[in-house]
Amino acid sequence: MRMKNELLPLMSGDILEEDLELTLADLCRVCHMPAEQVFELIEEGIIEPKGDNRAVWRFQGTSVRRVRCAVQLRRDLGVNWAGAALALELLDELYVLRMRLRRFEH
Amino acid sequence: MEYKDYYKIMGVHRDATQDDIKRAYRKLARKYHPDVSKEADAETRFKELGEAYEVLKDPEKRVAYDRLGSNWRAGQEFRPPPDWGHGFEFHGGGFTEADASQFSDFFESLFGRGFAHGGGRPWQETSAHGQDVYAKVYIEIEDAYHGASRALTLKSTVLGADGRPQVKDRTLNVRIPKGVRQGQYIRLTGQGDPGFGNGKQGDLYLEIEFQHHPYYHVEGKNVYIDLPIAPWEAILGATVKTPTPTGIVELKIPAGSVSGGKLRLKGRGIPAKPDGDFYVVLKVSLPPADTDATRAVYQEMARITRFNPRASLGV
Repeated sequence: MRMKNELLPLMSGDILEEDLELTLADLCRVCHMPAEQVFELIEEGIIEPKGDNRAVWRFQGTSVRRVRCAVQLRRDLGVNWAGAALALELLDELYVLRMRLRRFEH
Repeated sequence: MEYKDYYKIMGVHRDATQDDIKRAYRKLARKYHPDVSKEADAETRFKELGEAYEVLKDPEKRVAYDRLGSNWRAGQEFRPPPDWGHGFEFHGGGFTEADASQFSDFFESLFGRGFAHGGGRPWQETSAHGQDVYAKVYIEIEDAYHGASRALTLKSTVLGADGRPQVKDRTLNVRIPKGVRQGQYIRLTGQGDPGFGNGKQGDLYLEIEFQHHPYYHVEGKNVYIDLPIAPWEAILGATVKTPTPTGIVELKIPAGSVSGGKLRLKGRGIPAKPDGDFYVVLKVSLPPADTDATRAVYQEMARITRFNPRASLGV
């Protein structure tokens, strides 16, 4: 198995991190979402672009994860965008607390 | 293939109303949603739940499923009856909103190909964008410092020779870049499922998850270790060794340190702009009094220090 894997080409990707900047068009393409829906997500504060107007908007790479999570919560749990936004905020907080808790539980 | 008891999966009676089923789904979906739940088997449970709901929420599919009878037990070897599918008209049949490739062979045999004529997704006729594929990759904390590569086996939906979608295994060798953090996504453009017809290939997203480490803990880009020290090292100060993900380093413990005290090794956390920090959390460890000589030292300390650790509690 090991031999076989070594023969496969090694592929690299992008880390969707804070420093990676996406345009509105990039985000729409990556998330398979029309721009109108991206505007709704911005309105609810689920994602925040940097820049004064749409032409120069830049989204952080981490937005992709937030969009995906919001879309899934809306689809699977029947919440609206505002509900998904609240859930995301609480999940972020929960995530930090769980990581911290792990330090104290061995 | 194995019979699936959709009522049992959803925790409802066979005579549950459509409203009961919806309520049960919402409740369990909140509990096992992979974005929300911390249960280890959440993803599997959520997929099962989605499949069960796909059948039970649709009165037509539910009636068909009920026709199999109630004598089946979950996990029992199952073959669909030969006359299966006759006399039903499946308007919303086949796969609706859920992801077809996630469903079991059991579902597929009942509602997949047999009911394509009833309005299932017409795979053959359209060109469709390949699905994006999401997978978790487990890496060691050290891999985030140095980068690594991982061979992954993914299930992809491809179009078979008979024009029907099939699930195939695909192995990829992927570079994990230096500086990745827990929960981040890595995107590999065009490495998702192949599209159909003229459709473009989907993307592959890898979610980074750190393996549990016996002594390092990660918070964002900072890494922590609990470092045991002897009481005299804390009181008198000392130079001790500590492991870090980049190797063993010597660390100066200032005199008068206390248990829970934190020392920061700047820039020795996960590489980033700027790099994360490495924190050493001191834990004073008591030496056992397992010889007469060590017992004598404790007795001597009790006699001369008059130390009351509970003074702040007023007792």
